[in-house]
Amino acid sequence: MKKLLNTLYVTTEGAVLRKDGENAVVSVDGIERARVPFHMLASIVLFGPIAVSPAMIGAAAAQGMTIVLLDRVGRFQARIEGPVSGNVLLRRAQYAASETPADIVRALLLGKIANQRTVLMRGLRDHSTGLNEEARQALESAVARLAQILRRVELGGGDAEALRGAEGEAAALYFTVFDHLIRVEDGNMRFRGRSRRPPLDPVNALLSFLYTLLTHDCRGAAEAVGLDPAVGFLHRDRPGRPSLALDLMEELRPVLADRLALSLINRRQLAADDFETREGGAVIMRDEARRTVLTAWQERKREELLHPFLGEKAPLGLVPYIQAQMLSRHLRGDLDAYPPWFWK
Amino acid sequence: MLVLVTYDVRTSDPGGARRLRRIAKACRDFGQRVQFSVFEIEVDPAQWTKLKARLEGIIDPAADSLRYYYLGAKGQRRVEHVGAKPASDLEGPLIV
Repeated sequence: MKKLLNTLYVTTEGAVLRKDGENAVVSVDGIERARVPFHMLASIVLFGPIAVSPAMIGAAAAQGMTIVLLDRVGRFQARIEGPVSGNVLLRRAQYAASETPADIVRALLLGKIANQRTVLMRGLRDHSTGLNEEARQALESAVARLAQILRRVELGGGDAEALRGAEGEAAALYFTVFDHLIRVEDGNMRFRGRSRRPPLDPVNALLSFLYTLLTHDCRGAAEAVGLDPAVGFLHRDRPGRPSLALDLMEELRPVLADRLALSLINRRQLAADDFETREGGAVIMRDEARRTVLTAWQERKREELLHPFLGEKAPLGLVPYIQAQMLSRHLRGDLDAYPPWFWK
Repeated sequence: MLVLVTYDVRTSDPGGARRLRRIAKACRDFGQRVQFSVFEIEVDPAQWTKLKARLEGIIDPAADSLRYYYLGAKGQRRVEHVGAKPASDLEGPLIV
């Protein structure tokens, strides 16, 4: 199986990233802070004003590493990547399948909703004693209703449009009870509905940041197997939107992002003072907090779980890649259906 | 797999200093320097074959030597560091 390669994150303002031999070297004020051989890296993510040498950009393109530029807040700015890889027949199959996407959309949503439900059930199971009666009932009824939606998605006919409706319903339901999974007393770390562009409270800021990281990994996975990241099934085409990456991340969102956000908050690794409010109400994470999140993120990706379809253990960080591969096998006709990834 | 590469190069020879530099550079392309003539190298078998051929093309077998210690797939577990200049874990989170 493919090896889980590492990602180098550079968050220190004014750092310089350059190539030295076959190494990526990061220095700050002329002092070398990191040196990593290219063959161990899949990508490099830069936050804010970081200088990159032309030789480094060339080497990244040649080696198949991508360099992603995010702004200080963690919003996507640009992405540097080498020549298009993969095979044109696979891409044509992808475009053709995107015209009648219902089957793939159904599989993606089964994975997503089932995993959302598992997140809620874990919350119920692990902390049932700490929950008040009202919260427990809300969670239990959400779990039951998600099961109904799942059945509807699985058995009901319906085109992609109807399925997208079911997804919206499930997401609304899930985020209504999400706050009950937060177990810290602090009133500032509560979740009152999803807000984005910009996120208006710390929990949303954290979720948005994790989703950005996950999108980036899923996009890399789609490209690694030779799929076009812009042509999706659940997400429709829109210029500049990596629809397929967004599709791939749906199944993983509850597990890799939501669950991790909850752990970081509940373990008190992040608190309200790790965030600041900008003019206009946008809430962003402070630099120190971002390091905490990145560390947790990288560690989470190394956790090994059994892949339900392959029956093989794989690190979580490889799941986007495995799923992209499953999807391309389905598009090529080697698999009858796309097997979603269920979190157990 | 993790391989520990150590070397001894006779620098009193003409060309010795050049060989020393080239060996260090080859090792550094694939791994990290943990002590002066000691590199920890994380590679797959294909990469290792490449590096090995490169190293052995540089040395003068009559004067220099190379030693490889194969530490296996979970080699980091077999390593303990005491004292100054700890090596970084290149497979762990890399955040600067």
